[in-house]
Amino acid sequence: MDELILKLKKEVIEQLNLEETTPDDINPDSPLFGEGLGLDSIDALELIVLLEKNYGIKIEDPKDGKKIFFSIRTMAEYITEHKK
Amino acid sequence: MADAMQPSYTRKIKMGQIITSYSHLHDNKVIVNGRIIFYQENILKFADFVKTVFKQEQFIYPRFYKMDAISKLGFLATELVLKEKTIEGYLPEAMGIVLSNSSASLDTDIAHNETIKDRSSYFPSPSVFVYTLPNIAIGEVCIKNKIKGENAFLISEAFDGKLLFDYVNELFKSKRVEACLCGWVEVMANNCNAMVALVENTGAALDGRSSGFEPMLFNEENLNLIMTRN
Amino acid sequence: MKPVYILNDNIINAFGFTTAETILALDKGSIGISTVNDPVLYPQPVQLSLVDTERLNRKFSEILEIHQKNTPADSFTRLEKFFIVSLYDVLKNSSVDPENPRTLLVISTTKGNIDLLENRFRTVFSHKRLYLWELGRIVRKFFGFANAPIIISNACISGVVAVMTATRFLQSGAYDHAVVTGGDIASEFVISGFQSFQAISPNPCKPFDLNRTGLSLGEGCGTMVLSTIPTVTGWNSIRVAGAATSNDANHISGPSRTGAELSGAMNQAMSQAGVAREELSYISAHGTATPFNDEMESKAIELSGLLHVPVNSFKGYWGHTLGAAGLIESVAAVASIRNNVLYRSAGFESPGVPAAINVISSNQYSEVNSCLKTASGFGGCNAAILYQKD
Repeated sequence: MDELILKLKKEVIEQLNLEETTPDDINPDSPLFGEGLGLDSIDALELIVLLEKNYGIKIEDPKDGKKIFFSIRTMAEYITEHKK
Repeated sequence: MADAMQPSYTRKIKMGQIITSYSHLHDNKVIVNGRIIFYQENILKFADFVKTVFKQEQFIYPRFYKMDAISKLGFLATELVLKEKTIEGYLPEAMGIVLSNSSASLDTDIAHNETIKDRSSYFPSPSVFVYTLPNIAIGEVCIKNKIKGENAFLISEAFDGKLLFDYVNELFKSKRVEACLCGWVEVMANNCNAMVALVENTGAALDGRSSGFEPMLFNEENLNLIMTRN
Repeated sequence: MKPVYILNDNIINAFGFTTAETILALDKGSIGISTVNDPVLYPQPVQLSLVDTERLNRKFSEILEIHQKNTPADSFTRLEKFFIVSLYDVLKNSSVDPENPRTLLVISTTKGNIDLLENRFRTVFSHKRLYLWELGRIVRKFFGFANAPIIISNACISGVVAVMTATRFLQSGAYDHAVVTGGDIASEFVISGFQSFQAISPNPCKPFDLNRTGLSLGEGCGTMVLSTIPTVTGWNSIRVAGAATSNDANHISGPSRTGAELSGAMNQAMSQAGVAREELSYISAHGTATPFNDEMESKAIELSGLLHVPVNSFKGYWGHTLGAAGLIESVAAVASIRNNVLYRSAGFESPGVPAAINVISSNQYSEVNSCLKTASGFGGCNAAILYQKD
């Protein structure tokens, strides 16, 4: 799980162009949206693309995104459960 | 009377508008109000050029890294102008912005097209697609500086000082703006050229000048001059 | 300030190649959006409103016959054909001369010949054709316009900005006449982008409706001939009386949370025209049918004190035509004024926006004196323009 969490942190930083953020800056349990990293609605859509592109997981209903993308850990858990 | 305090240029220009601050970024060089503030002998890649200038000027704005090339260039050009001359005294609705270029968003269009070229690896990216409109650069500048007035993005083959002047002059004449940013923001691969000028009414422009730059009359000739002067 | 009259107009969309054909479809209540299963446009079936290609090519060949016998039809792109067919229609019925140096040409488009990025066109057209000024040059050359066109590319408000720009240059006396045209094509480029935004509705779009699920994309072209010199044809009774743009300064894709900025542009357009709230007959809204856009528009209408004014969106009929939308929808709105009819907002069944706006649920036939046309787009931009009987 820790390995996946680190990998995800790196992917999120790259995909969302969080230039001045390092993996260590991201607490895997902190909310991704709202304050923290300053992510917005476009970033949320971009995370959906990331899951599909890197893990082959398709989120059919964008409303599910809120739970899945709550934190890096919830993302990692979702990937572990759904990865083919 | 306040009139006696005014420097000579306003006596000469009783009415009309003046350029109170400008920037010009091209060929690894950055000029602000006539001064070269950045120059690099070796050719830099576009991404390195804008990042180096951004860092040199100590701008802090994480959104910058999310922007596409035109938005980055437009953002930098505008921040350099507004560093020299504040627009804080204006109502958001009284400020306008009119930008122009040659290739619209073609540079980013090509990037979006790359994501859909291959049907077996088809991952269009929302954060790329959103920048496939040139006026997103205007949106970014408006967000940063709370500009809410008239805005438009015009396309011409090469820089067209007359068109830009005519368009913005009309906004002032009809009192739709009290201050207006206008310019040219062109990027294609590693070639870039940007010019942004802040235009204000003669009377309003007296406060807050920090650089000793003597304002220029706002007209076609001076816009062309800024574009060509190195 | 000189008054600016609308002399003539044209619409190209799924319904046909003239304004009259679109009005006929509106009278009948036809919907021009349907499932398109064309792998060239998109890998999966998608709701679209498309211009009839066969008819387009036939019309275009007819024009070439008369106009430029030696030019092969396949040396023009789909979008160039839109513009040329649309301009040909208005110019043939108008006294305005493109070669007159007092005639201005304004072109709006969001993506121009963007389909030329696709492999199938790589060898057919030069890369230069992707530049909007080259598109403008081709249109100018075809009709021999004396002046280089002003080209506006300002997301989904482009068409309204084009009419506004022409109007301002006419009001100031810089020109006497203007031909204003806006066009965009449906392309894989745009469809895939809006899909990645999860913004495309699986069914024909339903502006302002409770069950709206996103937009439907369309394509087309709209053209208006404007002049400060009224003609005696009876077409000159409607004026462009006011216009303004604004910016949300909030987010590059999400609309304003309050609608205050669109409301500001609407108020400006109305005050320039000298039209009071209680006098306004009708609002032709942007109404894309995405949840947030329609919500924002309803708030703006409320803020401007216009909840009582009948409002519709034409996008339920022929989708969102992007850079053409401001022109095509303006022409339809002007026809509504001219014919004293307010068209049902297609797709609307039950109210689904926070402010209680007066969405038109069935065609109404009564005096229509004025219309406020609005538009909003990516980049936080808003525009409003007021058309009025003289």
